[in-house]
Amino acid sequence: MESYYNYADLDKFSTMGEEAPQLWEKFMDYYGSVFEPGALSAREKALIALAVAHAVQCPYCIDAYTQSSLENGSNEEQMTEAVHVACAIRGGASLVHGVQMKNIIKKIGY
Amino acid sequence: MPTNTTQLDDLNSIETITPFEETLRKNGIPPLRVMEKAETMQMNIGLLCNLRCKHCHVDAGPDRKELMPREVMTQALRVMTELCIPKLDITGGAPELNPDLTWLVSEATRLNKDVTVRSNLTVLDDERYSHMPEFYAENKVTLICSLAYYSQKDSDRIRGDGVFQSSIKMLKRLNELGYGREGSGLMLNLVYNPGGAFLPGAQEGIEADYRRVLYDRHGISFNNLFAIGNFPVGRFLSFLKQSGNLERYMEKLSGAFNPSTVSGVMCRSQISLKHDGTVYDCDFNQALGLVRTPKNISECSASDLLGCEIAVANHCYACTAGSGSSCGGAVI
Repeated sequence: MESYYNYADLDKFSTMGEEAPQLWEKFMDYYGSVFEPGALSAREKALIALAVAHAVQCPYCIDAYTQSSLENGSNEEQMTEAVHVACAIRGGASLVHGVQMKNIIKKIGY
Repeated sequence: MPTNTTQLDDLNSIETITPFEETLRKNGIPPLRVMEKAETMQMNIGLLCNLRCKHCHVDAGPDRKELMPREVMTQALRVMTELCIPKLDITGGAPELNPDLTWLVSEATRLNKDVTVRSNLTVLDDERYSHMPEFYAENKVTLICSLAYYSQKDSDRIRGDGVFQSSIKMLKRLNELGYGREGSGLMLNLVYNPGGAFLPGAQEGIEADYRRVLYDRHGISFNNLFAIGNFPVGRFLSFLKQSGNLERYMEKLSGAFNPSTVSGVMCRSQISLKHDGTVYDCDFNQALGLVRTPKNISECSASDLLGCEIAVANHCYACTAGSGSSCGGAVI
């Protein structure tokens, strides 16, 4: 195995339905419905997915939603801002946990 | 630029996709034929262009010399009259660079044909062609204008430095003449092209973005936006090959094949004419030199042009993927 992540593996995603077809079917139905245009447009949903893909650091999702964002008319500037939103929330989540640290210091310190 | 044969070989030798003809058969769709009543005569009046866009499927540019002579235009108008074809769609290259364009438009208008010109906008910014917007307005020509994207960076990346600002300037001028304004009767349609090896999304959503951004930033209005996919032919095919995207792009196109687009593909309702008078099924077959029976417009009768079987190859997936694609945007 050259790499844990291979582009061609994305095509094997559906093999996850082989041992649990009902769960797979439910997941795919749900997945499809989530990305239908609703109160949010398809373009907005693709940008959210792109940001989340970066937050969960999934290379398959980054590939898929970079393409999907472009296909839905977003440009690189907008997509970069979306990634910064993911970065800000991830970074902010680390930083805000510093309050826990401070609470513990306060509790156990003089 | 690869030869026509090489381009077809490239398209037809991708092992991971099913040949287009076989896909039609598998979906129970009979071989495509031109309808018995053609709606449009599409004339490519020359490959000379002031731009060299990265997605151009006919490989047009400033170094091209090919221009349609008036004799071919005359024959095309004869056929339009004989077959009662109501619409004339003029493309290129930059049509304005053919010195007989104004003659062609005037004659077609005199014959009561609906005339559309596909303009790259920037050519109208050249002093030598600065009279053309007024000429188009006087003849009630519908304009379909390239504006690959609504931001300068993304648009110029596809079409060349300075093209976006020049296009915006000309769109404002067309708006001043009434184009794209409600009630004027002057139609101004824009064309979006994806900026690389990806497909266009829903036309409606992209049109809404264009309408909002162009009006808010530049005060520009237009009638319709056509989201036209990039065709794996000509300069764009070269890009796909050089960038290692060909196989994946073709897999995407073939994977998105939508049988319900087939009845509306443009080759079924149009006659496509090359600058030298050769008749094709569409502009893409023209660029590939793909034709079942070579024929020239000067020798054609109705039976030669209507009801004939259409030549197809794997590039036809570009017209039948997703919502479909045509020179008039999405098919469904």
